[in-house]
Amino acid sequence: MSALSRRRFLKISGAAVGAAAAGTAALRAAGTLPSTGLSAEKGIRTVPTFCDICFWKCGAIATVRDGALWKIEGNPLDPLSNGRLCPRGTGGVGAHYDPDRLRTPLLRKRSRGQEEWVEVTWDEAFEYIAQKMQSIKQRYGPEAVALFSHGIGGNFLKHLLKAYGSPNIAAPSFAQCRGPRDAGFRLTFGEDVSSPERTDIRNARCLVLIGNHLGENMHNTQVQEFADAIGNGASLIVVDPRYSIAAGKASHYLPIKPGTDIALLLAWMHVIVTERLYDRDYVAQHGFGFEQFAASLAPFTPAWAYPETGIEPEVIERTAREMAAHKPATLVHPGRHVTWYGDDAQRSRAIALLNALLGSWGRKGGFYTPVSMDLPPYPYPEYPPSVRGKVDNPGQKYPFAHETITTGIREATLTGQPYPIMGWWVYATNLLHALPNEAETIKAIQNLDLLVVVDVIPSEIAGWADVVLPESVYLERHDDLNVEWFREPFIALRQPVVASPHDQKPNWWIARKMAGHLGLSAYFPWNDIEEYFRYRLKAGGYDYEALKKNGILRGPHQPVYYEEGLAPTFPTPSGKIEFFSPQLQKAGFDPVPVYHRPPAGPPGYYRLLFGRAPVHSFSRTHSNRILSDAMSENEIWVHTQTAQQNGLTNGQYVRLKNQDGVVSNRIRVRVTERIRPECVYMVHGFGHTSRMLKHAFGKGASDAQMVTRYATDPLMGGTAMNVNFVTFAPAEA
Amino acid sequence: MARYGMVIDTARCVGCMDCVVACKTENGIPEGYDRDWIAYDTTGAFPTLHMEIRSERCNHCEDPPCVYCCPCGASHIHERGGVVLVHHDKCSGCKACIAACPYDARFIHPEGYADKCTFCIHRVEQGLEPACVAVCPTHCMHFGDLDDPNSTVSRLLASREQHTLLPEAGTKPQIWYLK
Repeated sequence: MSALSRRRFLKISGAAVGAAAAGTAALRAAGTLPSTGLSAEKGIRTVPTFCDICFWKCGAIATVRDGALWKIEGNPLDPLSNGRLCPRGTGGVGAHYDPDRLRTPLLRKRSRGQEEWVEVTWDEAFEYIAQKMQSIKQRYGPEAVALFSHGIGGNFLKHLLKAYGSPNIAAPSFAQCRGPRDAGFRLTFGEDVSSPERTDIRNARCLVLIGNHLGENMHNTQVQEFADAIGNGASLIVVDPRYSIAAGKASHYLPIKPGTDIALLLAWMHVIVTERLYDRDYVAQHGFGFEQFAASLAPFTPAWAYPETGIEPEVIERTAREMAAHKPATLVHPGRHVTWYGDDAQRSRAIALLNALLGSWGRKGGFYTPVSMDLPPYPYPEYPPSVRGKVDNPGQKYPFAHETITTGIREATLTGQPYPIMGWWVYATNLLHALPNEAETIKAIQNLDLLVVVDVIPSEIAGWADVVLPESVYLERHDDLNVEWFREPFIALRQPVVASPHDQKPNWWIARKMAGHLGLSAYFPWNDIEEYFRYRLKAGGYDYEALKKNGILRGPHQPVYYEEGLAPTFPTPSGKIEFFSPQLQKAGFDPVPVYHRPPAGPPGYYRLLFGRAPVHSFSRTHSNRILSDAMSENEIWVHTQTAQQNGLTNGQYVRLKNQDGVVSNRIRVRVTERIRPECVYMVHGFGHTSRMLKHAFGKGASDAQMVTRYATDPLMGGTAMNVNFVTFAPAEA
Repeated sequence: MARYGMVIDTARCVGCMDCVVACKTENGIPEGYDRDWIAYDTTGAFPTLHMEIRSERCNHCEDPPCVYCCPCGASHIHERGGVVLVHHDKCSGCKACIAACPYDARFIHPEGYADKCTFCIHRVEQGLEPACVAVCPTHCMHFGDLDDPNSTVSRLLASREQHTLLPEAGTKPQIWYLK
């Protein structure tokens, strides 16, 4: 290392920093930031709450100094954060001070997407929405209004939509993210991996990551345990076409050809089965259809997998034996964002089967069994039954979709089949960055009578709304209780730290008021949310005041491993781990995973891969001045050889052009050895086009814009997005 | 007398920048400036690569050229722990220290003085760790008294392979990186 490297680093990231505005303190002094409404307050106070910069829900303690939010730290009582937040949580301060945040309800003035608004009162906004919703209900039935929602903040809106009579409630976290994984594990073990993932990383002796970029993907507990596993000397096997941060720490780095993971998984299982390295007692006791499964692996030798994957046979053999040597404390991580190639549920099933061979499901160092506190629900009136059922998956086209498919709702909105969808509520999810093929989303929006967006920032989807409702950021509001399923049982409380600076309101208030305008007040019998909390905690035998004071109520340890006496149960049709799946066979699918070579792109094009940066969440954090200061635009990673072939130099701007001729915003080139030459990589969520997001507008490029194609998983309807290819175009085009 | 230093385990560090963000909120660092940063050293050719990730900042050198060159007496060695600090009110903003620092650790604050890492001495004096150390989700950073053989930093230095940055500059940096 030399001073030159530091200067080089500054040169790269310095340009990204751009002309500086001032820090939060200076901004406050200059009067450009809103007052918190508590300016008469002196001294220091702290408030425990939980974070909302991502959905992980880490326990936090916010500090207020002289009435202004100062900093946020981890709550040591919280088993998710263990007293330490991730950079996004630490930078959550910037969400409160974000000058670009939504301030007041807005009603569309001109045609959709023009971003021209009239500021209205909350009552005017509710009245407008209520009229539209009543009219839709009369003409098309209540199911014609759908809700897209992400995170715990949406709970009361979900309750509102169910009370109104709609079952069409979906989150992109299923069909655009973890859905295939949960389908694959359900088919095998009968249960989801769930969230937070039930992965016992900290006790693993061998950790296998397949395209999972822990450390860049900053789910706090996972990353903390990842560092612990490294510190404990665990063996780490990383499979990725890109030399990720995790790859940099691996004992074995396997630079796989994109889209060939199933071939590698089959070859690994071939070695483990033929060399009889699997957990034979576990498989004999809990397995179903093992003989048929084992026989199916015969052709898939490491030599067969080599030309498919690019991984040498001896490396496949060595890593398979390494995994077996540490069983059952070998964790083949199921990943989270796994909508890649269209056979993702089958790949996830192969990962589940490899774990089954190693006996890691239910075992220490593998997958624990999550536990929860017993807290009764609030006794609301029953929801009206839906006559027509859900719209997203007509005829159970995707038989193993166990949650609602967002893109199925979009499809119904486009086609009117199986019945029309005329209204969308969108809560805290930027559908234009989350769903593939934004042109389809925009076309679907044209068919709507009503599009309501509730959010803290003016996202791209907000720009297309008829009504935009500004929500208080998490530091200014209560949300529903987090009764978590985790290794340790606990209940966590989100509560306001500071007041909202403008006319923003918490989601529980929005849902309750909206219910009043729709004649659904019976579903919100409590007057404010603390009345609801008190009722539920009392019903569960817990003390609300203690929860308020500490932010967390923890329960006693319960057994979470078979080793602790927990009885193995597998809620599959056979009651066992299904190595061979009669369910899949009956539905006309491969009963054991089968490898299909991924189609190549056009000549001169490179496969577009995308992932996360540790300082940003989705497309939600780029106007947060603290987090944007850490990373204000993304880069396109290009291998040295690819850069030479295309005449690209490090740091220059280019545009990307995809196979359908769609051209991106300009993006900086990062010439690197850290990626295979046939693919390129970028961080998701940048390239904002919402003019209201003044600070983030036009910085970097949007991967979502390049994802015009997607492959739909036939098992569960997930939309695979790593099937797009790009080439380079001049930045000044 | 204590001699404060840091020991940073590069095997655990994932370069998430939590240290950078925590410094920013704790110390109110203006947008566009940082007292600490992440450096990546990548060597080799794909796929046979090696990468070291480091959280970097002022090395609080035992022989600090920034202090020796300061014409105003603003840059100084603090009585506690040998921490290198700047008296903001004495600093003229002449940038001699910026030129002298081999680590590019200093910048001119918009208010006109040279600024850099203080090892969060305001926290340390309250018995707390520096903000970057306290926040680190990977527990890769350690702060303590290098003169105390029983401190975590001393014990880590005794047990693991390590290096400092630019030892050839002869400034005796007080931050060590474990391999």
